[in-house]
Amino acid sequence: MEAVHTLINHYNYVITIFLMVGGLYIVIARGNMVKKLVGLSIFQTSVYLLFISPAKILGGTAPILDPAYSVYSNPLPHVLILTAIVVGVATIALGLALTVRINEAYGTIDEDEVLEKDPEP
Amino acid sequence: MKFDLILRIGTKLILPFILLFALYVQFHGDYGPGGGFQAGVIAAAMVILMSLTFGINTAQRVAPRAMVERMVPLGVLIYAGTGVAGLLMGRNFLDYSVLGHGAHARELGIFLVEAGVLVTVAGTMCSLYYAFVERGR
Amino acid sequence: MSQLIAQLPALQVVVPLLGAVLVAFCRGGRTAYFVSLLVSLLMPVVSGLLLWQAIIAGPISYHLGGWQPPWGIEYHIDVFNGLVLMMVSAVGALVMPFAWRSVADEIDEDKQAWFYCMYLLCLTGLLGIAATGDAFNAFVFLEISSLSAYVLIALGRDRRALLAAFRYLIMGTIGATFYVIGIGLLYVVTGSLNIVDIGSRIAGAAAVYPHAVIAALAFITVGLGLKLALFPLHVWLPNAYTYAPSVVTAFMAATATKVAIYLLARFAFGVFGQAFDFRTLPVADIILVLSVAAMFVAAFVAISETDLKRMLAYSSVSQIGYITLGIGIANKPGLTGSIVHLVNHAMMKGALFLALGAVVYRIGSARLSDLAGIGRRMPWTMTAFTIAGFGLIGTPGTVGFISKWYLVAGAFAAGQWVLVFLIVGSSLLALVYVGRAVEVIWFRDTGPAAARATDPPPSMLAPILLLMAAVVYFGVETSLTAGIAERAAALLLGGLP
Repeated sequence: MEAVHTLINHYNYVITIFLMVGGLYIVIARGNMVKKLVGLSIFQTSVYLLFISPAKILGGTAPILDPAYSVYSNPLPHVLILTAIVVGVATIALGLALTVRINEAYGTIDEDEVLEKDPEP
Repeated sequence: MKFDLILRIGTKLILPFILLFALYVQFHGDYGPGGGFQAGVIAAAMVILMSLTFGINTAQRVAPRAMVERMVPLGVLIYAGTGVAGLLMGRNFLDYSVLGHGAHARELGIFLVEAGVLVTVAGTMCSLYYAFVERGR
Repeated sequence: MSQLIAQLPALQVVVPLLGAVLVAFCRGGRTAYFVSLLVSLLMPVVSGLLLWQAIIAGPISYHLGGWQPPWGIEYHIDVFNGLVLMMVSAVGALVMPFAWRSVADEIDEDKQAWFYCMYLLCLTGLLGIAATGDAFNAFVFLEISSLSAYVLIALGRDRRALLAAFRYLIMGTIGATFYVIGIGLLYVVTGSLNIVDIGSRIAGAAAVYPHAVIAALAFITVGLGLKLALFPLHVWLPNAYTYAPSVVTAFMAATATKVAIYLLARFAFGVFGQAFDFRTLPVADIILVLSVAAMFVAAFVAISETDLKRMLAYSSVSQIGYITLGIGIANKPGLTGSIVHLVNHAMMKGALFLALGAVVYRIGSARLSDLAGIGRRMPWTMTAFTIAGFGLIGTPGTVGFISKWYLVAGAFAAGQWVLVFLIVGSSLLALVYVGRAVEVIWFRDTGPAAARATDPPPSMLAPILLLMAAVVYFGVETSLTAGIAERAAALLLGGLP
């Protein structure tokens, strides 16, 4: 009962873990390169949740100074995640560019088929 | 054919407002969600929408390939330049207080670096799209 | 002048970044090359001044933007990262003269300017990781260096370079994201991102949230383990090093994984070492076991390889095992051996991969069968190759011996006799694969492929010979490398033996 209560109170972490593991599973289990990149993207999204959800302080208002309020939500994780999102965008773009090039070079975007054409020594 | 006409006229009407919204998001980053990266992506979305509806040649008349490829390092130069301005005035790198007095100096500093971010991100997104499209031609 | 000295930590990172931006505006390969050469030659000067200042005056703290740490980002340079900075910039400077002809030979004309832009961005990233004192800033630089590394590797001639770059991208991004998860957990329990500040707060945090701190340690170790190619997370490395352009392999092999090891050591001892004695943690034992596995398994695979570049890539995995072994032993001589091997391995592998790059420049292949008897045709290059190879084995008189000496001393001090035998045993494996290459190169009749070879032009030969001289010089005169490494180890362990 205790465990169920904890899970329901920390539902943001439950969702984070679900997305994280789901994303990692897709990266490992799927051979299609675009699907791998999608899994990577889901995995990175879970990390954004991990940072941002603790940033909301219960009872806190938007982080703009005003004499009427004394408790503010934490703006720092949002800044960190903006950076992380940009990094994620760059990574996915690079991955897709590599996928396009691999498709032109091999005629397929499935990793197993690519390895068949050029067997690992 | 009818749907094509609706798309073309609708897009023509909405494109300037997308750019306006991008600028709004850019300048209101201090007071609400927004800032350089978001604005850059919205501005690039304008070019990409134009390219999707009217064809890549029309889009490249508005945002030529050479220009967007030059925008990418230009934005980084603006950002790093603001930082180096602090170095040249004798303070540390990215110290905005040399640009004016008190809080206004920091506001100006943030404004300049966000402008740099806007230029780079818009240029990057457009060049990415052009690069992928050119592959097929 | 003192103004300039005070701003050096920022310049260390800003100058390559501005260089990359300038190169991005260039159209031709020549202007791009000269800007890169200028920047690369300037960087060791800056690093040398920073290291000298850190040795004489103690750690340097540079406040970015004028903001006080821990609210602002701080560049914190002590003897440990001063040494790493010196190593990265020295390798970058040595690789650049070599690149003039090698890049012109291996990379298309219209891509050369972008190649140098990516190279300078990679240099910025690596120098940034070593210079910064902020955990999230380290992630940003880690990704800058990694993304440009993926591009550099994908520029290889062989189409297998594309798949190698893709696999490296997937694994590297997972690694960096794990690292960010660890940083996030640390931020939630300590409230700070500054490495020194987290270190001072973590003892209190570990008392209240022990599970979160241990989870953060686990995530950071696995994340950085993916980046530094710790066995069994090394799978991306052989393909990436084999199919990348020669300059890229030489540069990456000497620097990219080493900087990730630096970051791991910084977190293991500088942050988590303040809450727990690292030796008592199970993580230390796990790293120990994995290091031994790396040392042996990778060396066995290297013995069976027929392509020299691939053999040296597996040898790199094996040598990284030595470095992490020192971290796992976690006492002063062990950690000294680790840090000094970080620098020594960069010299040895740099020389080996540059020599192979010269061979590829002359005959277009690095397969062992094509290299039969090439020692008589390329005497200077192959002498450097042989001496650096002896360094890998650990021959007295070369730098390899110094690292193994300290590692064995560390194993003795920890009472782990088994480790002493294992270290010596794996050196015998290195003897087998280096010996096999040396035998084919010097003691076979010159084959048809090798007959066309001659020593490369001076711009390519000079860095190879300089690195060979360094392998011998620093194997005899150790006060610079081992002396600084001892001080760094003492700094990390903070007074523990």
